Amino acid sequence: MDLSSINPILLLASLIVAATPLLLAAIGELVTERAGVLNLGVEGMMITGAICGFAIAVNTGSPVLGLLAAAIGGAVLSLLFAILTQFALANQVASGLALTLFGLGLSSLIGQGYQGVKPPAFPKPEIPLLSDIPVLGPIVFSHDFVVYLAFFLTLGVWAMLKYSRAGLILRAVGENHDAAHALGYKVVRIRVLAIMFGGACAGLGGAYISLIRVPQWTEGMTSGVGWIALALVVFASWKPWRVMLGAGLFGGVSVLQLNLQAAGVAIPVEYLAMSPYLITILVLVIMSADRSRAPASLGKGFHAGT
Amino acid sequence: MLKLEKRPQPSQAWTYLTPLLAVILTMIAGGILFAFLGKDPVQAIKTIFWDPLFSEFAFYYRPQLLVKGAPLVLIAIGLSLGFRAGIWNIGAEGQYIIGALCGAGVGLAFYPIEAWYIFPLMVIAGALGGWAWAMIPAILKVRFGTNEILVSLMLVYVAEQLLASMSLGLLKNPQGFGFPGSRNLNDYASANSWIDQSVGLHWGVVAGFIAVIFAYILLNRHMLGFHIRLTGEAPRAARFAGVNPTRLILICLGAAGALAGLAGLFEVAGPSGQVSIDFNAGYGFTAIIVAFLGRLHPVGILLAGALMALTYIGGDIAQSNMGLPSAAIQLFQGMLLFFLLTVDVLTNYRIRLSQREVA
Amino acid sequence: MTGTLLSIRGLTKAYPGVVANNDVSFDIGVGEVHALLGENGAGKSTLVKMIYGLVKPDSGEMELHHLPFAPAEPSAARAAGVAMVFQHFSLFEALNVAENIALGMENPPKMGDLAARIRAVSDLYGLPLDPDRIVGDLSAGERQRVEIIRCLLQDPKLLIMDEPTSVLTPQEVDILFETLRKLSAEGTAILYISHKLEEIRTLCDNATILRLGQVVGTCIPRDSTAREMAEMMVGSSLHVPERSSGDIGPVRLQLNNLSAASSSEFGTTLKNISLEVHTGEVLGLGGVAGNGQDELLAVLSGETLTAAGAVVLDGQPIGNMGPVARRKLGLLTAPEERLGHAAAPDMSLTENALLTGAERQDLENRGFLKWGRAKEFAEEIIARFDVRTPGPGNAARALSGGNLQKFVIGREVLQRPEVLVVNQPTWGVDAAAAASIRQALLDLAAGGAAVVVISQDLDELMEISDRFGALNEGRLSDIRTAKGLTVDEIGLMMGGAHGMEVAHV
Repeated sequence: MDLSSINPILLLASLIVAATPLLLAAIGELVTERAGVLNLGVEGMMITGAICGFAIAVNTGSPVLGLLAAAIGGAVLSLLFAILTQFALANQVASGLALTLFGLGLSSLIGQGYQGVKPPAFPKPEIPLLSDIPVLGPIVFSHDFVVYLAFFLTLGVWAMLKYSRAGLILRAVGENHDAAHALGYKVVRIRVLAIMFGGACAGLGGAYISLIRVPQWTEGMTSGVGWIALALVVFASWKPWRVMLGAGLFGGVSVLQLNLQAAGVAIPVEYLAMSPYLITILVLVIMSADRSRAPASLGKGFHAGT
Repeated sequence: MLKLEKRPQPSQAWTYLTPLLAVILTMIAGGILFAFLGKDPVQAIKTIFWDPLFSEFAFYYRPQLLVKGAPLVLIAIGLSLGFRAGIWNIGAEGQYIIGALCGAGVGLAFYPIEAWYIFPLMVIAGALGGWAWAMIPAILKVRFGTNEILVSLMLVYVAEQLLASMSLGLLKNPQGFGFPGSRNLNDYASANSWIDQSVGLHWGVVAGFIAVIFAYILLNRHMLGFHIRLTGEAPRAARFAGVNPTRLILICLGAAGALAGLAGLFEVAGPSGQVSIDFNAGYGFTAIIVAFLGRLHPVGILLAGALMALTYIGGDIAQSNMGLPSAAIQLFQGMLLFFLLTVDVLTNYRIRLSQREVA
Repeated sequence: MTGTLLSIRGLTKAYPGVVANNDVSFDIGVGEVHALLGENGAGKSTLVKMIYGLVKPDSGEMELHHLPFAPAEPSAARAAGVAMVFQHFSLFEALNVAENIALGMENPPKMGDLAARIRAVSDLYGLPLDPDRIVGDLSAGERQRVEIIRCLLQDPKLLIMDEPTSVLTPQEVDILFETLRKLSAEGTAILYISHKLEEIRTLCDNATILRLGQVVGTCIPRDSTAREMAEMMVGSSLHVPERSSGDIGPVRLQLNNLSAASSSEFGTTLKNISLEVHTGEVLGLGGVAGNGQDELLAVLSGETLTAAGAVVLDGQPIGNMGPVARRKLGLLTAPEERLGHAAAPDMSLTENALLTGAERQDLENRGFLKWGRAKEFAEEIIARFDVRTPGPGNAARALSGGNLQKFVIGREVLQRPEVLVVNQPTWGVDAAAAASIRQALLDLAAGGAAVVVISQDLDELMEISDRFGALNEGRLSDIRTAKGLTVDEIGLMMGGAHGMEVAHV
């Protein structure tokens, strides 16, 4: 075992890369849940985004178009969930599971011809001057733009929820859909939009894995990141800045265990590979003492006629 | 403008019709999908639903129906108890793996002794393994209020890693020339679950039927079953009636885990034969579809399990005969759940054409 | 105070199986306080929802200021100057007062400015309210102030108030009426919905009476007697429950310094409650909603467990026993919320009979259910309590509120309880059904049981209780003999005016 082979600067830089897909998926789910909708289909939307983005990037040669396609793919898939839960009034837990099972099947079908294909490289502009700062430069300022997009998206969601009227209405719908309806807000419309935002973010997160982090396509490659993102929202008590913190933590764990694997630590690989999931459980246990901040209408169906 | 209107009470007729309608809609949508993939849709649907039962090679496929259906029904029966009570165990895949590991482990520990008590011990170990794995989310939920959905699912990934570790390490066949995977239990008479391999009959099939009967009696004739249903329909009313939610969570998750563990044990000791890295075939997740398609009703689950087994077998045939990708079948099964959830609205609501009203 | 503000002509709205409003017409003048009077289910709510744009009429027209008025949604109604205070508040518990108010406004100012305006208006009208407080922590009366201020900030021409006094103490009602009179004097018309006749006689200029969706009469409340209006409203003269004054016997149920935290986030903590109920006695517990009624019922039903000695039944400590054990001993309860708490909405009446009847009615044998007996029990409840339903196979949610309430009360009464505790036994129930439920409770007491009635309807409590106490912020007042209590005394027992003051205008 040779722990000195782990470079802390590279470790922290790759932590940010590992955290980005989680952050994207979790911030989207946070918005969905703040609107009172529990979408358990994050994993399905991520993997669909991963393959949509991959396929379009390979076929057009443009990774940016790929990301766009991933967001659209995730949003379209989430629209299925929206139809199921908002119009057909189906159970949200069951519908979310259905979405994940469906997304896994869909992605492996689309992904048939893409195994082993290499996607076009993603442009990674180094920010002039800032990236030259020692230590901080390589860790923070030499990433692809999606990392910064995820960061500013989180910031934007935070500001929107806290300061804007749209954010207030979104929270109101999530707290008490009957009251929001009585005041004349379009509960279903607002929720559908929130679900689609969640879908687009999850899709983007998936494509980040297939196009940038890995980058290649293998079936089921999101391997539970979508579920961890769901756990992250609970961990964050539905607060955006804590989602960022949580994404960093989980990103750190997964990067660290990969590094330890590479460094040949005496613990068997399988047990290291379990660690992100075990830590997720641990964090859920610690956080579940405080359920007070969950939106009051979370997971409950709404029908205007009743 | 279409408008939903809540029925005064759930429609009996639609309760039975919606699964059928969902199957028909899935066939139509699936046919369109197959056509997009350049396959003859009618031929593909026929290959999936008809050929396994009635083609000239049906004698070969029919036993498969029992082999594929048994684990699905066993797991789905367990899941349905929890789903009825609003307890969402979606980690059956993990419980299935652990059940198989524990059961196979006990069997392999006795190798090469031949004795009548080995298989019963394996059955107990399998059930206990699945039960223990399900007790983790159960106890965390009861003790800390942790979300059982996420914990049970996370434990699937943990179980998969354990499976990999076991088939590469502890349970690896010492005479396997270094290949990963355990000894084949089909070659170990005291430790395999076959009753009559030629018709696909193994102890898992028997257990599946017994589970269906037990679940039926439990849900329709017993106070515990009534409490399970009551908790799902109206949790506050259940508290008022005197249901102890803690006890119910432990029972429902425990039963689901034990049944999934049993399914894993019967599979590893029979159709699969050995512990290997890719031993789990996703039955734990497909069983979720089976449970819903069967409307969480034991008899319905039996039928749904048979149907889903059919799509597995038919999918294999379509794959080899028509080159239909296996992912298409997976998608097909996912679609089924989607359509079922969509048309389910008809049970509790009726659709009316009406003038537009403020939503 | 001149001219017509809102004119309603022939409004009709039908729902499947029921005509909620049939050809309803009346006028409201500028600055008029107009009462809309009717029983539960008479169609009052549907009518005001049409005025507020939540429901679209099937036919008929409205004119506001002599211009056609057909709001497609509440924001259109608000823009036209119509504001509404809901009976079940349309508030968001996790948000603060200012955010709640902003949500009800079309173009809210910045949060800081809004908070200042809230303070100004609340001072002006004697409705003290802190804009930064979380609504979930407010009392029912304070929540109503949030709704009222939300309306007032928009300078409404017409203010609709749906049963506003049901959450207020008598003192608070007086102050509210002062506020409303001032608004009316400033030219704001008020459409006041209620079934409480004395209030309407005190406050309103005109009244329109609805029965089964139709206008059955109009009157000037000041010049009519409560009895005349009641008969128009109900359509027949009412049966007043009779009581045979039985002897008050020994203590059956005792609470000793009972304290218990609420299980829900914004619930009320019970503090140091002691009381005794005797054989043959009806104890009435009043109080404004949200002062510990649900929590007290949960403590008595066994849903919330306490120290054993805090709840004593016939000398036996039972505070640590669950609902099943208590039922076996004869302590039965009926919670306020019918659908989802007292009964499972999607389950049949037979299954709902089993829900609490399993132990005392011998509906199970070592865990195995006797469906035949359960069905007989359900049929007995249906027959004895005149529950209108096709049969015991019907789902609970298919029953009207009144019929389901009769079923729920009947289910407990027929099990011959030693002690029966009911919460809001006649809430949302029509007058005839309410009278029969009250009679059943009185008969039960006369037959030797002890009965505790928790209710927010003071008239009901005065009618049936032997002794009366009130819950206020989780504490119980002294318990006094009901006969001879004045409205003022009752109001003070309920906590007086809770810091409200008369408007400064």
